[in-house]
Amino acid sequence: MSTVDVKQVVLDIIADVAPDEDLSTLKSSDALREQLDLDSMDFLDIVMELRKRHKVEVPSEDYSHLASLDSCVAYLTPKFA
Amino acid sequence: MTKRIVITGIGLTSPIGNNLGEMRTNLIEGKSGIAETDIRYMGKRPAGLCDFDEFKYQKKKMRRRGTRAGSIGIYCANEALADAGITVDDSNRNDIGVFIGLTEHGNVETEEEIYQMHENDLDYRLWSIHHNPRTVSNSPAGEITLNLGIHGPHFTVGAACAGGNMGLIQGVQQILLGEVETALCGGLSESPATFGIFAAFNAQGALGSHPKDASLASRPLCETRNGITIAEGGCVYHIETLESAEKRNAKIYGEILAYSYNSDGTDFVLPNSERQIQCMNKALDRANLTVEDIDIVNLHATGTVMGDINEVKAVSEVFNESKNTYINFTKGHIGHTMGAAGALELAGNLPSFEDGIVHPGINVVKLDPNCEMNNLVINKAIETNDIDIILNNSFGMLGINSTVIIRKI
Repeated sequence: MSTVDVKQVVLDIIADVAPDEDLSTLKSSDALREQLDLDSMDFLDIVMELRKRHKVEVPSEDYSHLASLDSCVAYLTPKFA
Repeated sequence: MTKRIVITGIGLTSPIGNNLGEMRTNLIEGKSGIAETDIRYMGKRPAGLCDFDEFKYQKKKMRRRGTRAGSIGIYCANEALADAGITVDDSNRNDIGVFIGLTEHGNVETEEEIYQMHENDLDYRLWSIHHNPRTVSNSPAGEITLNLGIHGPHFTVGAACAGGNMGLIQGVQQILLGEVETALCGGLSESPATFGIFAAFNAQGALGSHPKDASLASRPLCETRNGITIAEGGCVYHIETLESAEKRNAKIYGEILAYSYNSDGTDFVLPNSERQIQCMNKALDRANLTVEDIDIVNLHATGTVMGDINEVKAVSEVFNESKNTYINFTKGHIGHTMGAAGALELAGNLPSFEDGIVHPGINVVKLDPNCEMNNLVINKAIETNDIDIILNNSFGMLGINSTVIIRKI
């Protein structure tokens, strides 16, 4: 899967986890939590959806890689290879 | 009671309306809210669903995290506060309590998780992180406090299908105890979202149906009735002391004059007429009323063969001497809204204080001879001169009985 596709996977999940948020102005390089109303439960939800929809595992020690959209893509793209 | 407590706000959703005005109109006009709906594994079955706007008072994210029961509660609580003219802010958020009666809770979420796990190769790691907060038994009441920023106490009252009355009673008791100044209290149900409750009533031979017309599935007291028609709904009251209501010149729907509740101690599912009689008489004694003082009795009448006969026997015995007490019921219109039933059905009758109309119980094609009783209002509303006092019955499994008496102010 390309980085563009992986980015879309993450955006689709965030859209479902945080349905009240406007994602159109999201800056890929900035922390998600600084731009969106996300809490720790939301990040657990994102991890759960990655597992459920794409069989991708994110161990707890790697949660920090989900900080921004860019870091998500960099971390997850090899897992979608 | 040591304090006079009154109803000053009503928020509700039912299969025949999302506010009291809509519901009342449809009750009087005899409209059924029952229709066929798809039930997982079971196909189309008659049920009562609500169509309120879930996002009128709740963000989509909170709805996703929470439960249908919580969403119903949030809608009703906000509507009750708006009706009462109350805004939750720093001046009152510590003094409001939330007390919600339930028949059951957590079945919907548990069934869904097991279904999803089954669909995903039994991978237990997909079990939702939200399962615990969704299924703790205080969940729907807690969701209301989260939504409104209420800091007073909250809990649910597990009381089977007496839950609606018992939630209201709990609110009264908490005010009497001085734990809260005001209460949001009543009952709710999301039962149609769980196939298990349909399957269980089906297994008991007590799931309501009709061979041709789903809107006739719920037909209490009818000779051909064959069981309960499951419905969702909610009704939350805002209650406060009469003194508080008068001080702020609030609209008063009625005074909660007395209540009572007891246990059969006899059977898991079969009702007990003796204990129902005891419950009604205790409430009448506490209110210092005679049966002639009661203008309307709302039957619990679920549409089961034995349940209706037992209740008619109990109410007939208590009210046999009264020539002016009208008897009606509500489940023909809305089905059995389980934990909401007591509160919702009481709300449906409260406008009688103003309009003098007794709404009918509907769908009685032919009255069961075993259910004949004096002054039964069926299929057509009755206009009267004056309705001053209503007695509302609500009974539940494991033998829990409740009666509430409301007086016009």
